[in-house]
Amino acid sequence: MAASPSLVPILHHIAFNTPYSLRLTVPFQGTDRYVATRELSVAVNASIQLQKPLLIKGEPGTGKTLLAYEIAQALGKPLYTWHVKSTTSAHQGLYEYDAVSRLRDSQFGSERVGDLENYIRKGKLWEAFESEEQAVLLIDEIDKADIEFPNDLLQELDRMEFYCYELQRTISARHRPVVIITSNNEKELPDAFLRRCFFHFIRFPDRETMQQIVTVHFPDLAQELMAKSMSVFYSIREVKALKKKPSTSELIDWIRLLLVAGVTHEDLNELDALNELPPYLGSLLKNEQDTELMIALRKKGGRPY
Amino acid sequence: MFLDFFLLLRQHALPVTLPEYLTLLAALRSDVGGTTVDDFYFISKTALVKHEQHLDLFDRLFGEYVAGKQSAPPETLPTIPPDWLRDALETQLTDEERESMQAMGGLDALWQRLRELLDEQDERHEGGNKWIGTGGTSPFGTNGSNEQGFKMNPGDRSQPDRGNRTAAKIWEQRAYKNLDDSLELNTRNLKMALRRLRILTREGIEDELDIDGTIDGTSRNAGYLDIKMQPSRKNRVKVLILFDVGGSMDEHIELCSHLFSAARYQFKHLEFMYFHNCVYETLWRDNSRRKERVPTWEVLHKYNKDYKVIFVGDAAMSPYEITMPKGSVEHYNLEAGIVWLDRFKAQYPHLVWLNPNIAAYWPYTQSTKLIRDWSGDRMFPLTLYGLEQAMKSLKNPKITFAP
Repeated sequence: MAASPSLVPILHHIAFNTPYSLRLTVPFQGTDRYVATRELSVAVNASIQLQKPLLIKGEPGTGKTLLAYEIAQALGKPLYTWHVKSTTSAHQGLYEYDAVSRLRDSQFGSERVGDLENYIRKGKLWEAFESEEQAVLLIDEIDKADIEFPNDLLQELDRMEFYCYELQRTISARHRPVVIITSNNEKELPDAFLRRCFFHFIRFPDRETMQQIVTVHFPDLAQELMAKSMSVFYSIREVKALKKKPSTSELIDWIRLLLVAGVTHEDLNELDALNELPPYLGSLLKNEQDTELMIALRKKGGRPY
Repeated sequence: MFLDFFLLLRQHALPVTLPEYLTLLAALRSDVGGTTVDDFYFISKTALVKHEQHLDLFDRLFGEYVAGKQSAPPETLPTIPPDWLRDALETQLTDEERESMQAMGGLDALWQRLRELLDEQDERHEGGNKWIGTGGTSPFGTNGSNEQGFKMNPGDRSQPDRGNRTAAKIWEQRAYKNLDDSLELNTRNLKMALRRLRILTREGIEDELDIDGTIDGTSRNAGYLDIKMQPSRKNRVKVLILFDVGGSMDEHIELCSHLFSAARYQFKHLEFMYFHNCVYETLWRDNSRRKERVPTWEVLHKYNKDYKVIFVGDAAMSPYEITMPKGSVEHYNLEAGIVWLDRFKAQYPHLVWLNPNIAAYWPYTQSTKLIRDWSGDRMFPLTLYGLEQAMKSLKNPKITFAP
């Protein structure tokens, strides 16, 4: 397992003579609408600086997709989003050649037929490569696609170029885009793909961070209501048997509902005293079994919170 | 720089490679490098770790690296195990357990390990060590409970110290601890495993352009376009699942229902039946209406050998229920269970048995051994890995499993 000692100077040489000309002018530190932990901003900045794709994982509703939007906004770069579905193939992100419509045009002697480019539809990756300035490219939910999907993008993301067979030329990025990839872990990603990425796991925010997040969304929220709703939220999350734990986005929705309906922390305390469930629980619990579980817990007199 | 850190990670089987190490060095040289231990932790984590399952191990190793070398163990235990312990182990262990103990380096090595663990526990009480839970190899009967480290470690996780956000603590919180486990077996990843059983055929509506056919047709048509379509390729594998219900299977109900709901949407042609312990002359279609039985001969005749058969059961019963006529616990069966099982084997070349019991326990049940022999070692544990292997085995019967 131990490396030979002679390897060490070589490593130094390689590591310290690799040019990284691109210097970050404004590092990403979250925005006025998005709270990024130090951990997350370090990961984002490292991936921008070293021009590697950043793979983001984490519980649903912790702001994985939102991150790309906020990076684009914070750094003032155009954003290209590629939402992956189960039927998406890697090629669709590059380009699609519409042979059938060309065939059809040829039957009617249309003038368009002569120019192949008329029948090439550019994908998101191509668009991002062509962008006049450095762009942010979001590949959303990469795990939804077929198992082979990430492997088909290795070269494209590594070298930021691909070959268009129909036009017989290589399309390469003018400015290497900042690539953000999100995954919900429905499929394992291949190792070769992971090697080329930076990885960050957005863990569920602790109370302090959560308070910041809520404050960012509702700057005028009364302190008591904030404290009460947070304690309700975290105690629901602590119920072990829940099928789907509520996450950040659900808490935000719930607080918004409470504010619209004019529910105060006193109302919540009162309902507590009457052994009733808090209002609009449907925005926190998305599963009828979970709701039934909460009702049953209440009936038993056990206070989940 | 930090080469020893990289090697430490490699030594503990964290899959890090040279390019990643070089990337880390490059990151440290760049503006984002930062100057604090905290930043180094963040950067090295994002550059080296590629899977949340490894995050916990990384946290522990990082703590080890930052804390530097371990101190010498205090003399709380004798240097060699006392004779009474040696004797007791000699008499009480089975041959296999003795073998696995030897594989771990023998009694002396384990003794050394226990001493180290105890030493670490001491440090923990003084407030600041983090290797608790590294020992999962004790033969001293504390297997499984080792997570808390020999039960000498009160209050390890009971008081999450909120607000304690000092730098040195971040990796010590071990926030990713519950991610560090084999994947939770839910419907979704069961489905992913079941997807391995794919047999793609073209059938049904013509909804895809057949390029070869079109070229051919157009040429025959003297250049006038003649578009040909064809059905798209879809998974049309046929599956027959037989579930063991009742008795000892009750404890696996949740797992089996996950498997059932995953299979239900994964296979277009799926048939399922129930049996108890072993298949005999009848099966039933609905578990709540056991009266409505289907003769097993009818099943064998109705579903041809294209069907892939999956038995789901713990194969834990009295051996007589398999080998003897009238051996069933529920009724007088004229023919032994093994006769019926053999009929299934003769009819369906592709069959597997999924066992929800832990594979390590299989050798202790005689009936499990009987069924494994019958299946030709095509009994697989009902875990993600086992399921994947089972699906491969349904395509290629040469793939077998040995616990």
